[in-house]
Amino acid sequence: MNYMPGTASLIDDIDKKHLVLLRDGRTLIGFLRSIDQFANLVFHQTVERIHVGKKFGDIPRGIFIVRGENVVLLGEIDVDKLCDNVLQQVSIEEILEEQRLQQQAKQKTEKAKKIASGHQNSDLTLDEEFYFNDSTAQDIMLTWDQALIPNTEDENMAI
Amino acid sequence: MCISVLQLFYSFFKSLVGKDVVVELKNDLSICGTLHSVDQYLNIKLTDISVTDPEKYPHMLSVKNCFIRGSVVRYVQLPADEVDTQLLQDAARKEALQQKQ
Repeated sequence: MNYMPGTASLIDDIDKKHLVLLRDGRTLIGFLRSIDQFANLVFHQTVERIHVGKKFGDIPRGIFIVRGENVVLLGEIDVDKLCDNVLQQVSIEEILEEQRLQQQAKQKTEKAKKIASGHQNSDLTLDEEFYFNDSTAQDIMLTWDQALIPNTEDENMAI
Repeated sequence: MCISVLQLFYSFFKSLVGKDVVVELKNDLSICGTLHSVDQYLNIKLTDISVTDPEKYPHMLSVKNCFIRGSVVRYVQLPADEVDTQLLQDAARKEALQQKQ
């Protein structure tokens, strides 16, 4: 695979500084040391970078092995293109605090949306409410787990 | 059977190497860049990238080239004049015939 011209390969990116975006939204920066056909990655001198607004903070993480299925994007960091004038680096405590505030603000807007659209039950998520939002269903309000429990007598369903 | 259909698109993307494309990912990030290479999993390598949507993603500022895993791609946007739709249609029809046999 690596010897065919025009084929996407990570072999040339080894030992270079990279940024990887993960499916859970995290950003890791480090030196790419190892790859395989599933895009599993081994990162060295890894730093987790948290961005809130114009500020960012780096948390040193050491060696990371990333399972390929969680990789969204892998980008080579161009040292010449570093843009320190736009972003401001802050301490770890500060960025974690900023992130916590951001999460809080997000939860507030979620809650406000729910109240605005007239939903009564706040312990269900919006999706669960959508499914159970009729008068008959509300009498026998089931949680997701209860609704999905298989027939215990059916041996085929046993895991 | 599915393998030959993937081969079709792999060959299709190989013919577009060097062209400017916009890749929209499943996490709603859109990246504009030049198609550098593609592989059998439809992983895409882009060079000279820029984030097209408002820069809600500041971490991409110092990245010029990137590798995008095929499984996270939602769309690949191509300028109409780069694509020979007739050729693509004929190739797809041939594939469909082969699959039926």
